[in-house]
Amino acid sequence: MIKNIINLGDSAIYCDFGSEVNREINSQVINYFKNLQENKISGITNITPSYNKLIISFDLTQINYEKLKEKILKIKLENFDKESKNIIKVPACVAEEFSLDLSRLSENLKISIDKILNSFFNKKYFCYMTGFIAGMPFLGDINKDIRFKRLETPRIKVPKGSIGITEQFCNIYTFESPGGWNIIGNTPIKVFDKFNNSRPAKINPGDTVEFYKISKSEYLNWNE
Amino acid sequence: MNKAYFEILRPGINSTLQDEGRAYQYHIGVSFSGAMDKRNYLISNCLVGNKSNAASLEFAYQGPLLKLKFGNATAAITGNVTFNIIRNNSNIEKGICYQTFYLNSEDQIDIISTDKSVYGYLSVKESFVGEYFWGSCSVNTRAKIGSNQGEKYSTNDKLYLNQNENEFSSKKVEYLNSRIEFIRVLKGTNYNYFSEKAKKIFFNSEFTVSKLTDRMGMRLEGPILENIVDTNIRSEGLIKGVIQVPPDGNPIIMLSDHGSIGGYPKIGVVISADYDKFVQLTPGSKIKFKSIQLSEAETLFKIYNMETENIITQIK
Repeated sequence: MIKNIINLGDSAIYCDFGSEVNREINSQVINYFKNLQENKISGITNITPSYNKLIISFDLTQINYEKLKEKILKIKLENFDKESKNIIKVPACVAEEFSLDLSRLSENLKISIDKILNSFFNKKYFCYMTGFIAGMPFLGDINKDIRFKRLETPRIKVPKGSIGITEQFCNIYTFESPGGWNIIGNTPIKVFDKFNNSRPAKINPGDTVEFYKISKSEYLNWNE
Repeated sequence: MNKAYFEILRPGINSTLQDEGRAYQYHIGVSFSGAMDKRNYLISNCLVGNKSNAASLEFAYQGPLLKLKFGNATAAITGNVTFNIIRNNSNIEKGICYQTFYLNSEDQIDIISTDKSVYGYLSVKESFVGEYFWGSCSVNTRAKIGSNQGEKYSTNDKLYLNQNENEFSSKKVEYLNSRIEFIRVLKGTNYNYFSEKAKKIFFNSEFTVSKLTDRMGMRLEGPILENIVDTNIRSEGLIKGVIQVPPDGNPIIMLSDHGSIGGYPKIGVVISADYDKFVQLTPGSKIKFKSIQLSEAETLFKIYNMETENIITQIK
């Protein structure tokens, strides 16, 4: 549960659930996030869950830190499903022009490209958080044998749809963006859709993601 | 009948449609956006009689050159702005901020510069036609959300007005933009990651606003702030005004279009009362930080809002 609650500036509350990154702590964060969404306390302008923190922004013309903190601590927590039932299948093409860092990873990790891909595709991933850029999911945990640090010099432009891995995490670049993750493939699907009002981000905190391999021609002819 | 619009003859450096911003979307990675200088945004809308959350054209440094087509409009510009009104393609009138002016079809507004400041606002009576996502038409170029396909304006784009014609209503208000002396901050959640020396430097030294400053963030240059714990933290939520210090030791202040999460230690957070004024600091400006307490920050915000309301009631 919340270990510490303090102010972040004059218009946000910083809830600290711990320093480790694991599913148990993250599920607590997501559960708290869902409870706050349900409670609709007036004055709240944003609720941002991450690995082990929850930040609640508010409109200082309507409420202040002490008053909102009191309201938040009074919430009777309901237990939303510990893990959401959403399983999202994400097609991924690992053709050479998409898997920008695969051969370098293979050299550095001293395992074959096939082994890296097998390890990656044979696992379900949990979405810890969504953000940084619109709809970008932070997923984990990838197997220990394929964990590697970020690029020393981040790319100025990572192509849209790129699937990246670093440390125990993987992600999907929903927009062309600067970035330092090791790119192993690309997905043709829309992971963020601003015209989808009910679910603009396809992958939300608590969701499960399964990647599956597609060929280059399937990628090029992809039709959603 | 043709709808009235501004033809964009020159887009300016960063001209976007903005309103009060987009709430409740940080958890999917969409930043708040909205007008950078809320007070000036609000005054320009109140001058032309618009309701709250109306769309205004925000411009930065060099503004756009606009030509009104198929209509006429009551308009107002706020900020520290030099602009001309060009009538019949020839007569040049010097524009005056903080008072309404009337534009006939084919008249032009040439917004030359936001002198010694960054942002200015153009509002028209009944506002502009915006594209709305989650209750806001504010442009967020990073996520390609908002009006104009989420992009800043380019030459030949059209900016449509909601009303083709309206009667001129003459309104004005006295207002002088004052320069901010200190950026007042509350200590951040990672304040203790920094050495005693770094803490002293942060509150006593001068920092310079760098050229790498935009609607996402303001980068500062100055003495290096030494981190004695860890230069990276697990990524977590951010808010407008957070001062992050990346491994190079130069602080970055999060502005309206910032990424929703970040992984650099937070040394401080700018108070809400100072936001409108510090975003107007141009690259090269020197600035100092001042530490205050939460209760003071709340009081200062109340006072700042009362001042804004007071300015608005003086519109005549």
